[in-house]
Amino acid sequence: MNFLLLSTRLLPRGLNYAFQPRLAMHVPDGFLNAPVLALTWLISIGLIALALNRVQAEYQDRAVPLMGVCAAFVFAAQMINFPIPGGTSGHLLGGTLAGALLGPWAGSLVMAVVFIVQGVVFQDGGITAMGANIFNMGLIGTFGGYYLLRTIRYVIGRDKLSGMIAGTAVAAWLSVVAASIFCALELAISGTVPLNVALGAMVGWHMLIGIGEALITVATVTFIWRTRPDLLYRSPRRAIANPPCSLSTR
Amino acid sequence: MTHPASATRNRVFVISGLGVALLIGVFLSPFASQNPDGLDRVAQDLKFDKKATEAPPAHKLPFYKVFDEYALRGVPKPLATPLAGFLGTLATFGLAWGVGKLTKRGSAPSDEASPIE
Repeated sequence: MNFLLLSTRLLPRGLNYAFQPRLAMHVPDGFLNAPVLALTWLISIGLIALALNRVQAEYQDRAVPLMGVCAAFVFAAQMINFPIPGGTSGHLLGGTLAGALLGPWAGSLVMAVVFIVQGVVFQDGGITAMGANIFNMGLIGTFGGYYLLRTIRYVIGRDKLSGMIAGTAVAAWLSVVAASIFCALELAISGTVPLNVALGAMVGWHMLIGIGEALITVATVTFIWRTRPDLLYRSPRRAIANPPCSLSTR
Repeated sequence: MTHPASATRNRVFVISGLGVALLIGVFLSPFASQNPDGLDRVAQDLKFDKKATEAPPAHKLPFYKVFDEYALRGVPKPLATPLAGFLGTLATFGLAWGVGKLTKRGSAPSDEASPIE
């Protein structure tokens, strides 16, 4: 290769090029065995098919451009690794954010698109492991994160920003920790690393990374609540009182 | 149902939202922490990082000739990641829009296409 290409390969800390610090929680090809790959693909494809149906049946057309914006934002934000104490880094996963903005159905489609672009175009996350990555980093947030968020929000009050913030913070943090637990389980079942070792290591780091996830998700959701509350999925009722109503009502 | 004023406000939101995403992808991406990420760190610590496939399937795709992970090939290094961020953000925006559009196409009349609403 030419000199220019070589220079891009001078990575810090002498890391092997193949393991350039971009993997994130993105599982590469080779870490998971065939049964785990097959199962995670099945679950992800099933939920995506369900999401396609629900988006077709329930969402307004004006949700479509918002899906584009949400996907673009999550993709760009995932590029920005923030340092966490101990020489590691983390980045936004975005599943809970997509769920909070667009609801679980359109949110899941958005997250699937992000991981497809990352895996196919940018070699980030294995192609064979894409089902696992979509499930771990996307669907856990868009479904688990979203429904937890909604429960907490409705308990405090649907029309209260404080409820939205509390629900978003808890759901975003927990979705990252849950993702790391599932990732550890998948690695262990695949025989890549013993479960107790994987769990301890993954969950420890991701309890810290989850704080970043919660901060970014809360900041973004709060900004949209203040500027365009009508665009939120299950928007506060004062926003629905005015013409452009919630994305989910036709 | 779609009022001209709200259509304009929505357009403003979409354009500024995409703009913010592009700014992040272009101007913040070079400052991303180069520390190993969560799983990456664990893989190194627990010594299973070598299990990653040396030549993954993605390297057989044409995109691999254009992008070396989040770096556009064939441009000076300071531009490689910002350009990858720009193109990746645009591609993701377009693909998600397209998926949404195709999904909605089979359903009831749209409020853009149909004068009834």
